[in-house]
Amino acid sequence: MNHMNLTRRSFMKITTSAAGGLAVGIHFPSMAEASVEGAAAEINAWLTIDPNNIVSIVTPQTEMGQGAFTAVPMMVAEELDIPWENVRHVYASANRHVNNDNLYTTTSTGGSTTVSRRHPYMMQAGASARERLRVAAANRWQVPVDKVTAKQGWLTTEHEEQGTLQGSYGEFAAEAAAVTLDEEPAIKAYGDWWLLGRDVPRLDVPLKTNGTATYPIDVSVPGMVHAAAMACPVPEGRLVSYDFEAVKDMPGVIAAVELEQVKDVPAFTDLRSGVAIVADSWYQAQNALAVMPVVWDYGRGASISTESQMAEAMQLISQPGALVLNEDGNVGRRLDRGVNHDAVHGIIEASASQVTGEVYYRPFETHATMMPPCAVADVKDDRVDVWTFTQDIARSLNEVADQLGRGTENVFLHQTYLGGGFGGGYNMDVHRQAAAISAAVGRPVKVVRSREEDIAQDSQRPPVWGTYKAALGEDGLPEALVTHFVGDEKFPAFSQRGVANMPYLVPNRRHEYSVVQNHIPIGYHRAPGANSTGFIVEQMVDELAQAGGWDPLEWRIKMTEGNEPWQRVLLAMKEKSGWTTDMGRGEGMGLAVVASHGTVAGCVATVAVSRRGQIFIDKLDFYINSGYVINPLAAREQAESSAIWEMSHAMFGGLVIRDGRIVNTNFDSYQMMKMADTPPEIVVHLEMSEDQWWGGLGEPTGPPTPPAVANAIFYATGTRVRSTPLANAEL
Amino acid sequence: MSITLNINGQDHLIDVDPQMPLLWAIRETVGLTGTKFGCGIAQCGNCTVIVDGNAVRSCNTPVATAAGKAIRTIEGVSENNDHPVQQAWQELTVPQCGYCQSGQIMSAVALLEKSPDPTDNEIDKAMAGNICRCGTYPRIRAAIHRAAELSKT
Repeated sequence: MNHMNLTRRSFMKITTSAAGGLAVGIHFPSMAEASVEGAAAEINAWLTIDPNNIVSIVTPQTEMGQGAFTAVPMMVAEELDIPWENVRHVYASANRHVNNDNLYTTTSTGGSTTVSRRHPYMMQAGASARERLRVAAANRWQVPVDKVTAKQGWLTTEHEEQGTLQGSYGEFAAEAAAVTLDEEPAIKAYGDWWLLGRDVPRLDVPLKTNGTATYPIDVSVPGMVHAAAMACPVPEGRLVSYDFEAVKDMPGVIAAVELEQVKDVPAFTDLRSGVAIVADSWYQAQNALAVMPVVWDYGRGASISTESQMAEAMQLISQPGALVLNEDGNVGRRLDRGVNHDAVHGIIEASASQVTGEVYYRPFETHATMMPPCAVADVKDDRVDVWTFTQDIARSLNEVADQLGRGTENVFLHQTYLGGGFGGGYNMDVHRQAAAISAAVGRPVKVVRSREEDIAQDSQRPPVWGTYKAALGEDGLPEALVTHFVGDEKFPAFSQRGVANMPYLVPNRRHEYSVVQNHIPIGYHRAPGANSTGFIVEQMVDELAQAGGWDPLEWRIKMTEGNEPWQRVLLAMKEKSGWTTDMGRGEGMGLAVVASHGTVAGCVATVAVSRRGQIFIDKLDFYINSGYVINPLAAREQAESSAIWEMSHAMFGGLVIRDGRIVNTNFDSYQMMKMADTPPEIVVHLEMSEDQWWGGLGEPTGPPTPPAVANAIFYATGTRVRSTPLANAEL
Repeated sequence: MSITLNINGQDHLIDVDPQMPLLWAIRETVGLTGTKFGCGIAQCGNCTVIVDGNAVRSCNTPVATAAGKAIRTIEGVSENNDHPVQQAWQELTVPQCGYCQSGQIMSAVALLEKSPDPTDNEIDKAMAGNICRCGTYPRIRAAIHRAAELSKT
């Protein structure tokens, strides 16, 4: 391997990998070097073993705080059977993946799937390497392979003549690399694990306590210049003209680059119409961009506002829904559980005990990753190097190649840590901006979005309105239920997931859906559907329980009879939470349960409301049934994180649209939870999670948290809060 | 304009616009990238550094006003990543995405230097300028108490 210093920063190096690609290696200050140069043998694309028995495990997923760079090595190491202390993680080469038939299956990082959906082939990679090491040892020692054990980095056999023979994996790595197995081994089942299921601190933690973790914004290459870019403040609008003459003599300014949009309406990650200023420093570029005269064609969105969408939604929701959705969220003629779908309205109208819900509302929310989107691109005639905010390195590599009209062979997209992701790393054009600008100016360039540009241009979580009508039977339980939700056209699932397919066994069910006009880009978020709809469904359920004279916990237990994952959560809540709806005036306990990402998550919130109407969340108590948990420590971290993430939106968030543009584009006006707002007590119960399935854990505690809090506010004050931010509620 | 910045005990003579925020002088001119950009309007605390003992948002501090003062960044907290605050942060696995943590740590270090055993209320106030989008606040709070404990021994 040839090392060369890319920057003066000692921890970042460019190395030429065996496959000829570039990989940015990150040193662990607290650990030994990842591998001995030139001597490590690649057993398969997932791992190399060096003569000192240090195993470097490749992670194709991105690390944004959720723990992929620990979880993936854990899954491989479990099967390989190597001491955790010997494990180093290395970034996957996106170039190698893309140009070798998707070598790592996928590099996508979202939907809480890294463990739940990807474990089979990651564990297989470790198992396969272990078996090949055993075969290599059997060949050298001339013993049958079943006489060779592989355990904790050592291969051992009892030889008939020579006694005990032992060698490290590292000693057999080169031979193992040449072994072909007749049959791939089966991966281990739960119960046979030695590493998975233990609390393992994430490998990236020490790098994040001394400022040495590298994010795209920290990358610097020789000769690099800096760019600030802006797209039309009204999404879907186009650049008409700009006056570079007016700013070209400002300090440090080098050039203006027009960003050309190819399609009329850009998809997700297409380059959007806009303009960038390139300068010696980002501060200079941003200063010039801020004062450069720019003319925009604002397009159709300029007449849309929060008020106009609200008025349209309220009009739509007062009428029968335009579409009827089935349990998958698709347009269909029936719900599986509805015995007579078309007759549901009639049953409700004929009923003596109707319940008519009011309208619930969740506004737009934005990612606001702590690192504003940014990318570095170095476009040369014979190769392209890019470092960017992405949750899918292969996809971004392909997009850079597309942007430049090149093949993928000589495009290298390098992993770094991400300063948050939350789905935002899928909906980006910042890497296209960097590539386009670098190509235009012929120099490496770093593009950093101002926070205002980030929030104005981000792909947002869409607003949702929801209401319902029900008829109650003699037992007080709903006999028929119509739900009607209003949302965005592009991602109906974000506005109705968890509603059409809610688990409550209402005999006659119908779910209707309508869409509002919207030009604000919509994209993946952290549990975008379940977070919005959970707030509505789980308060609706409390209203129905109350109307029928049922305790809300008993109602849920009754209405999910036979549904084992939900029953376990609900019964655990009953047993452990000290559940009561009567805490006295000013205090309340509320609960909510939402299934998302293959996991059922329940929250019991204890809330105090002051006489002035200020809300204090005293405790959040979580009951999570996610099936297997490979790292309980990381699971707890994610449970806390997704709960506070979504509670931030519910308490303080909400984007405001005026004249087609987002108004609150920085943290003075788009606020989120801070230390003082954080509940003093957060308890995470995971102990019921040993069922035979794999659920995700990066998102599921978000959705039940705000409705649990809102339900608690109801029991504390008698007031039901049907929209967020809760902090604005009059209590 | 020539300005001398004393960062982590070392003088750096730099030639910059005096109005340039200290953040960009630290990151781009001096090349210490542990201090992060988050909002540019002193609302998120990602850019927190310690100037003459006080936690300061460097993103809206003109570089000229920091001349001659003792500036500390995350790189100057300890040689070996073992300041009590760093130890506590590691022990309680505080950072997730990690991007805000340089700022969180600098605010915590400044707090503990003034108040070695802070109450929850003091922590709320001292950390009020630091946003963590991953929501690591419960662990930050616990880690500040733990760092106070570690500092005593």
